[in-house]
Amino acid sequence: MAKPTSPAGKAKLQTVTAASNVATPEQMLQFYKDMLLIRRFEEKAGQLYGMGLIGGFCHLYIGQEAVVTGVQSVLQPKDSVITAYRDHGHMLACGMDPKGVMAELTGRSGGYSKGKGGSMHMFSREKNFYGGHGIVGATAPLGIGLAFAHKYRGDGGITTAYYGDGAANQGQIYESYNMASLWKLPIIFIIENNKYGMGTSQKRHAAGDFLKRAEGFDIPGEKTDGMDVLAVRSAALKVVEHVRGGEGPMVLEVSTYRYRGHSMSDPGKYRSKEEVEDMREHHDPIEHIRKTILDGGKMTEDAFKPIDKEIKAIVNEAAEFAQTSPEPDPSELWTDVLL
Amino acid sequence: MSIQILMPALSPTMTEGKLSKWVKKEGDAVKAGQVIAEIETDKATMEVEAVDEGVIGKILVPEGTEGVAVNTPIAVLLEEGEDAADAASAEPVEVASSPCSMPACPPQAAAPSHAPVQTVVDIDEEKFFKNVQTMTVREALRDAMAEEMRRDGDVFVMGEEVAEYQGAYKVTQGLLQEFGDKRIIDTPITEYGFAGLGVGAAFAGLKPIVEFMTFNFAMQAIDHIVNSAAKTLYMAGGQLGCPIVFRGPNGPASRVGAQHSQCYASWYGHVPGLKVIAPWSGADAKGLLKSAIRDPNPVVCLENEIMYGQSFEVPTDPEFVIPLGKAKIERAGTDVTITAFSRMVGVALAAAERLAEEGISAEVINLRTIRPLDVETIANSVRKTNRLVSVEEGWYFAGMGAELAAQMMEVCFDDLDAPVTRVYGADVPMPYAANLEKLALPQEEDIITAAKKVAYAA
Repeated sequence: MAKPTSPAGKAKLQTVTAASNVATPEQMLQFYKDMLLIRRFEEKAGQLYGMGLIGGFCHLYIGQEAVVTGVQSVLQPKDSVITAYRDHGHMLACGMDPKGVMAELTGRSGGYSKGKGGSMHMFSREKNFYGGHGIVGATAPLGIGLAFAHKYRGDGGITTAYYGDGAANQGQIYESYNMASLWKLPIIFIIENNKYGMGTSQKRHAAGDFLKRAEGFDIPGEKTDGMDVLAVRSAALKVVEHVRGGEGPMVLEVSTYRYRGHSMSDPGKYRSKEEVEDMREHHDPIEHIRKTILDGGKMTEDAFKPIDKEIKAIVNEAAEFAQTSPEPDPSELWTDVLL
Repeated sequence: MSIQILMPALSPTMTEGKLSKWVKKEGDAVKAGQVIAEIETDKATMEVEAVDEGVIGKILVPEGTEGVAVNTPIAVLLEEGEDAADAASAEPVEVASSPCSMPACPPQAAAPSHAPVQTVVDIDEEKFFKNVQTMTVREALRDAMAEEMRRDGDVFVMGEEVAEYQGAYKVTQGLLQEFGDKRIIDTPITEYGFAGLGVGAAFAGLKPIVEFMTFNFAMQAIDHIVNSAAKTLYMAGGQLGCPIVFRGPNGPASRVGAQHSQCYASWYGHVPGLKVIAPWSGADAKGLLKSAIRDPNPVVCLENEIMYGQSFEVPTDPEFVIPLGKAKIERAGTDVTITAFSRMVGVALAAAERLAEEGISAEVINLRTIRPLDVETIANSVRKTNRLVSVEEGWYFAGMGAELAAQMMEVCFDDLDAPVTRVYGADVPMPYAANLEKLALPQEEDIITAAKKVAYAA
């Protein structure tokens, strides 16, 4: 992809006017905290990875924080969430304990999966978070299954199934669109379009427009700016209303950007340093909400300091726990294969 | 307190690298996420980002240094209110733990090679045969589903042509009329998608029965059966189970050619986290499928199209269930043990009948469950007969016979008086021509020949 100007020019314009209607100052501050927690958590995870304390694959969410924070802000506790392998941010946004998530990354018994899942595989029944899946595209059919269960039980819940622009080329996505539309399943397919399927730019991997693909299944779609949490929230409010109202599925394409590599061992040769730098400097979602709050005049620069400190403390505590929690007992090798 | 910045590992295999460039100098302020240095690994040049905010107090490893071990302190970061004196006192220290302090492969000397076998409670099957009804395997399967759907509102059936068409092989006949279209669901021809849907619904606690028109088409869905259904309980540390049944006809039917004639017993039997059943008779079909629907784990039910129309006596008691993981001795014998599953049980019984005429007493074991395999029943039989012939319609390589041979060698090697012998489908894609198809499939004569060979009666 060429040097991006704005990730979603049009949507951005809409939200400038919408911002004050979309969230109260308290909510905006909460979004700042939620996103900062993800950012600091991921930076710490990167550091622990660098120290050899986290192994294997580790896909960081840095840059994309506004997507899950904005969408999650309009959901209800009974709703189900499912995502792929870039999942730490989703878990934190679902209210899962940072200590349990970080300890899973280090493969310790205090992790959400007792150290048996790893970065890509964590779940929380309590928070209706259904993973954490490593097969690209799998979240769509699994997601419509969760949505099917909401409809079967008539519990009023909906499902958000996240996947990326790369996954949007998998056949199972369209098998899922078809059934979701036929049966009016309460699901939001959320395309986190960070412009690259691993190292291949959207221009090189995807023909046509993602939302037009959904149109072919009679599924309406929305596009929004994923570097602006208020824009995401605004779009999500609209989409959720449609889906919870029994009108069937919708697709929400969120234009975003990951600052880090696809996984930790990505040298990033497929995009320019300038492109990454431009996104970090001029489109950062955390800076954006911070500025919006400051412009609102209710908070000063200094008022952010204790918040930043508080978040740092939470993350440090998680990192500490993740290093001190014992490794799983060898007997755990044989448990949880069957019920 | 000042913070040591350590040489990071940028891949799980990296142990050292070259510190090729410092982007920040001593005295520079850095923010979390800013690039401070570049390092070269064996694979690529990558950037090192600051995790904490502060000022670079001291650079401990100059740029251009090669072979810097992972976790070596490379710089000192001063936090707010600290000065260079703090940095000066921070001499490089030996890092106590190497980056990968855990042994590459945990010693397994004391560990068993596979998970402990779950205890299976057997039933008094004869008791249930006091009240029976003669019905086809097809009807037995339908009754199993209907009874379990009456019992549990979370059970539903989905698949191609299961509702209005009444089942491609009429197995779901009448279910739509009784349970309605909320619970009997016609899907598009989209195996990968609806298998995934079923798994997702099972994560949420429903109990789907996913019918594949044949297991050949489940190849399109095997990712969800293995990666999503079988592995999630383990990946979730026991938090999230997947109570689902995948069922449909497996193995060769009749004259349907290579792409519709394959046995998947060893494929699914290979996977920890799955249970796999292969019913033969009507009672098997009903009792095993009912158990499968009640089981909290994902179960693959391998049926056989040719068996659908065959009639058997089937217990009428709705509480008749056959425990998963138990084989059944269909015919007792003393000279040779013959194991078979699905349609081959009938062929093995016919072979045993003819062997008896020739004075060879064969014990025929109906495996019923492929995984977990009832090794105990088979081994006990082999301890008595000292011989084993394994029969399957599938290919031999890494097949069920190969597994049985290995297991018998492990548990009752000294009891064997002859090599375990396998009867199996020809190692070719299934031919269409009637004569070739017959040659490709195990016949009664093949079992008789094998039994005589191990009994040294040939």
